[in-house]
Amino acid sequence: MAEPSQLSQYIESFVDSSRSPTQQAASLEAIASLLKNNQLTIETLVREMEGYLTTVDNIIRARGILLLGEVLVCLASKPLDDATIHSLIGFFTDRLADWRALRGALVGCLALMRRKSSGGMVCGSDAKAVAESYLQNLQVQSLGQYERKLSFELMECVLERYPNAVASLGDTLIYGICESVDGEKDPHCLMLTFHIIEVLSRLFPDPSDALAGFAHELFEILGCYFPIHFTHQKDEDMTIKRDDLARALMLAFSSTPLFEPYAIPLLLEKLSSSLPSAKLDSLRYLTDCTMKYGADRMAKHIEAIWSSLKEAIFTSLDSVLLFTPESLEGPDLPKNEIAAEALSLLEKLIVQNTKLFLDLIVGDEDISMIFNTLSDYKNYHEIPLERKQRLNAVGRILFTTAKASQVSCNRVFECFFSRLMDILGLSARNSSGQPFFEESILISKRCNHGALYLSIEILSACRDMIASSETILAATSHTEETWKYLLQSFSSALTMGFCSAFICSSEGTHDAATYIGVKGLLILATFPGGYSLISKTVFEKILVTFVSIINEEYSKRLPWKLALKALVEIGSFIERYHESEKEPSYMDIVVEKILSLAFVGDFGIPFPLRLEALSDIGTSGRSYMLKVVQGLEEAIYANLYEVYVCMANKLLLILKDNYHVHGSTNSAEIVTHLLKCYSDKVIPWIRCEKGFEEVLLQFAINIWNQFENSTHFNASQTNKKGVLDVMMKAMRLAVANCSEEKQNIIVQKSYNILSSSISFPLEEMLLQEGFQIAQEVDNISSRDEWVLSLFAAVTIAVHPQTHIPNTRSIVSLFMTTLLKGNVVAAQALGSMVNKLDLKSMRGQTSSDCTLEEAMDIILNLSLWIFDKNSSSSIQSKMISVHDTGLNDLSNGVGSCTSLQIHAILGLAWIGKGLLMRGHEKVNDITMIFLRCLQSSGRAGISHQETSISENNYKLDLHNSVMKTAADAFQILIGDCEQCLNREFHAIIRPLYKQRFFSAVMPVLQSLVMKLEPLSRSFLFRASAHVIIDTPLIVVLSDTKKIIPMLLDGLSALSNDVVDKDVLYGLLLVLSGILMDKNGQEAVSDSAHTVVNCLVDLTRYPHMMLVRETAMQCLIAISGLSHARIYPMRTQVLQAVIKALDDPKRAVRREAVRCRQAWSVFSECWHQLHQEASISNSFHSFSQVQ
Amino acid sequence: MVSGLINANPIVYEKKERRVRNEAAVPDEYAVEPIDQLEIFDILFFFFLIFLLVYATYCYRSVKESPSIVLMLSIFTSYYGEQVILIFLTFLNHIRDIKDPEHPYSLEELKVITEDAIEVDNERSYVRVTFTPTVEHCSMATVIGLCLRVKLMRSLPSRYKMDIRVAPGTHATEAAVNKQLNDKERVAAALENPNLLDMVDECLAPSYA
Repeated sequence: MAEPSQLSQYIESFVDSSRSPTQQAASLEAIASLLKNNQLTIETLVREMEGYLTTVDNIIRARGILLLGEVLVCLASKPLDDATIHSLIGFFTDRLADWRALRGALVGCLALMRRKSSGGMVCGSDAKAVAESYLQNLQVQSLGQYERKLSFELMECVLERYPNAVASLGDTLIYGICESVDGEKDPHCLMLTFHIIEVLSRLFPDPSDALAGFAHELFEILGCYFPIHFTHQKDEDMTIKRDDLARALMLAFSSTPLFEPYAIPLLLEKLSSSLPSAKLDSLRYLTDCTMKYGADRMAKHIEAIWSSLKEAIFTSLDSVLLFTPESLEGPDLPKNEIAAEALSLLEKLIVQNTKLFLDLIVGDEDISMIFNTLSDYKNYHEIPLERKQRLNAVGRILFTTAKASQVSCNRVFECFFSRLMDILGLSARNSSGQPFFEESILISKRCNHGALYLSIEILSACRDMIASSETILAATSHTEETWKYLLQSFSSALTMGFCSAFICSSEGTHDAATYIGVKGLLILATFPGGYSLISKTVFEKILVTFVSIINEEYSKRLPWKLALKALVEIGSFIERYHESEKEPSYMDIVVEKILSLAFVGDFGIPFPLRLEALSDIGTSGRSYMLKVVQGLEEAIYANLYEVYVCMANKLLLILKDNYHVHGSTNSAEIVTHLLKCYSDKVIPWIRCEKGFEEVLLQFAINIWNQFENSTHFNASQTNKKGVLDVMMKAMRLAVANCSEEKQNIIVQKSYNILSSSISFPLEEMLLQEGFQIAQEVDNISSRDEWVLSLFAAVTIAVHPQTHIPNTRSIVSLFMTTLLKGNVVAAQALGSMVNKLDLKSMRGQTSSDCTLEEAMDIILNLSLWIFDKNSSSSIQSKMISVHDTGLNDLSNGVGSCTSLQIHAILGLAWIGKGLLMRGHEKVNDITMIFLRCLQSSGRAGISHQETSISENNYKLDLHNSVMKTAADAFQILIGDCEQCLNREFHAIIRPLYKQRFFSAVMPVLQSLVMKLEPLSRSFLFRASAHVIIDTPLIVVLSDTKKIIPMLLDGLSALSNDVVDKDVLYGLLLVLSGILMDKNGQEAVSDSAHTVVNCLVDLTRYPHMMLVRETAMQCLIAISGLSHARIYPMRTQVLQAVIKALDDPKRAVRREAVRCRQAWSVFSECWHQLHQEASISNSFHSFSQVQ
Repeated sequence: MVSGLINANPIVYEKKERRVRNEAAVPDEYAVEPIDQLEIFDILFFFFLIFLLVYATYCYRSVKESPSIVLMLSIFTSYYGEQVILIFLTFLNHIRDIKDPEHPYSLEELKVITEDAIEVDNERSYVRVTFTPTVEHCSMATVIGLCLRVKLMRSLPSRYKMDIRVAPGTHATEAAVNKQLNDKERVAAALENPNLLDMVDECLAPSYA
């Protein structure tokens, strides 16, 4: 037990209103925790508090009761015995009469009433007593906002938890509630009020109950809130929004059917208001009330509702229909919210009161007027705007009506569909019958777009109705349905009608006709339920029409697109609804025809369009895609074969197979398109769909097989380079999207072919007889080159875990190939190095090697190339090998240089692989590059005695090596799309760019200090690449050190046109620094040099973006401290004034801003010294006047 | 205090479809893009947008709401009769507070300036702007003209000669205004006056954003 003195201290500190709120809260918490831990009983507490609870001092009594109430709130989950609860609730019920201490009593009652049954609840009779006391004593509307809220919460709680206990209060309760809620304005309280009324109505469901007498009065209180007009500012009361209130009021409105005589007229009246939100609310409320009030009650108002609803739909719908391919699919819901709500209400009403409502719609004069005037205009675009809107509205109404139920669909078909058919001049005939030729001409003359549009709406409603009904079979078994009979008998005639709309349009009038024609045919073709509704002939005729459009109308963009889209829709419809009957027709007519497009060469359709059609059709379903992929692959193989074999064999081929009438040049072009389509469209689709890996595996294997079989290989023509490129791309993507086991199969296959066609150079030979490398590489045949490149493509794309056989030899092979300048081999080697195991695995053969070993091979070889002192003898040998017959020395040096360039490029890719996985050997490679950069033309050349002119020539060559070494840094750190990225499963260490940046920049900086100006420029180039490709945030953290390098780089790069892109990249980094707050601080010290550099760049002639960005940088600099930049002002302004006359508009615009930025702060400067009133200025100006 | 609006019911003209510059698909790095009508219009457009916002705010919002404005107005109106200019200026001071760009009338609808009213000849370095004051006795005409002139001076290369005119028949003292606006000496004198320059700068400041 707690010390009584301590307890009284707590109580005292809560009751004392002079204490701070935190103290009060703390003491409340202390008391509550005492009670929770059973250190104190409620009885003791009450006894201790006796004085506070009964004192005549209003303030102290109020605080005391509040304390007790708050304590009970804290004890909500603690079990209490019934006697305690009974005596407590009795006390609080009494206290409700004490208006001075009301808050505590309300809090206490609420806490007790809300208790869960597990911890002891208030019994029913006590709850009734609370309600009675509430009704008798509380004048809710005269209380403050918080007390009002509490008392509403109490009432809500009583009604919800003790409905039976309080229901017996009857009239008193309802009257009391009416009184207490009347005139409430606070949004929080209103939410509660609306809910109370909702619960109250649920309490008296019977119309003969007590509520009936009060319904009018209650609704009058509610009705004045509609429509909710919310004037609260945005910042206060964020918890309650207008929509919440509107929803709560809606539930109150629809809570009892007794409100019907008052609610519906009010809602209809507000529906005709001009306020959009009121309209929207009315429609929502009406929908809800319709559902809750029931059919009988609603029947009374149905005519009034229909007329206002019609008005709302007519005025709110858009008058413009969209004729884009996107809107072909699905029921296009109106964008307008009011129209959408109105239509959904219409549907509900029809479902509820089908007979009555249909009579209204059928007999409606506005609708029949539209029908009567349909034949006034033939073309859609002739119809005036207002009429279009009406037509659209009628279309939507009919759509909604027909969709609502079978019965309504019948009725619509009976009354409207047959009328439309009359207008169109279509005659009913047997579904299998073919319309006569003469009749089709007749139709084409009579095609009426308005009528066609309406029939589309009705048909699509009918289709949606069937599709949404539970089983399609159940729908089709009703043979006696009128709609079905009509549909069957008119379907073929309608097809003709839609086709003719199409034909009319093909004479080139309007999009609308095309759209209507296509959409109509599409809807007819996508009726579910096999051929029972739409006969096979009709379905096939539709498909044939579309396919013929694709084949012939390719010059017109819209019809072609629409037809293709429609075909795709039909395909995916068949797939979705498992329409097995229709599938064969689709396969035969559409897929086969479109597939043949990939083969037939002499049709007029442009090849890219054919491929678009092909891949789009493929996306409509899995089975079609399989077929399409098959066809595509066949076409690829056939054309590749053409590419492989030499021209001599071609004649034979033409005789054998009449497809290939075009030369192999042409087939190279075709195969390029095909492969592009394969890698751009098919592979991404396969990646999204599961279970198509096998296809990719087969594709890769087949390509390799074809290689294996083609021994007469002749692909030396230059245009075949393009074919190889796309082939490699397709191969890379195909392999990358396979799993490891599949990749293993492909790798094995390709390795076999590779090893059978290329002899591997031996490692030892590489080192000892290095000079032979160049020779061997020169001798490689073009077939071998293809095999090698494709193998490289495979290696680029594999997973790290995929096993590559005979690694050691392959590394050597790639190494020799890359020395010839084959970039793909270099990339493959980079990928291999990136993915090789660090440690040797169990069960490895001697031909495999670890990363360490591979790196040894690579580095030894490359060191030999660059180590001039040890290799001068070999080098001279090599030169002699190369130049047998040509003794020209400079040529020899030239080939040596190109060898070095290739070696550097290769090393760069290898280095990239290492860098990405974070291997330390990358440092060795970087060192090689750095040595190249600083060697400044000494080695290899200076010891030869040559004339000055020759010397100059060599110096140039040497510069190109250094340039390559500098550009190697771009490869090292830049991102690459072709290899070494996530898609091709590279191992990427986090923050590798950042590490490289911080490792290499200090070295570069110290080198710059040491070197003479000539080779410095290449160092700047190298550092520019590093800076550009490092994330800006890293550069920002090191700005102070970077800025000098960056500026020198900018001025070094601005000398040559070729470097403009690098220059721009570097300038963007500078502008990034200047835009950043920390960066600005860092730049502030060197502002003068930065400004000098930027001023020079504003005159850079070769790239507009550079000038523009330089201008923006100058603007950013004007934000630095004025004392710092004021001296530069004249210089900048002069440059800017020149830039105002820049040939490019964008630069001029920036120049204006820049001039303003720099002149404003200078004016601020002397404005400080001027004290004059505006009055003087006006005087002087008017004197001038 | 402010008693009424000078032009409470401005004539609103239908907005003309703006000419859109079609950019070349493959931009030519070395092609020259001469200064043309549209560019001048763009230079001035921002300024007019600001002017119009002020004007419209003046027309449609209660001036008396802001205490600082009321204070300034009471000081100035006791001094001068040129109420409108004052309101214009005070609103310009507060222009940054106006956030709502959804304004009933846009600049072009009021036809203060249109694209057709600009003549430009890049070869001969000549530009002429004709503007239309909203009412005949618009006392802002000279201020608008001066602002236009300064804006062009700062935005065009120095080789340009510019000519600012009030549209014929739209202003009561047309000749005087034209003469004043195109007199180099008077403009220079006006701009030498630091306070007048301040005013112009303040008018133009938002247009450089």
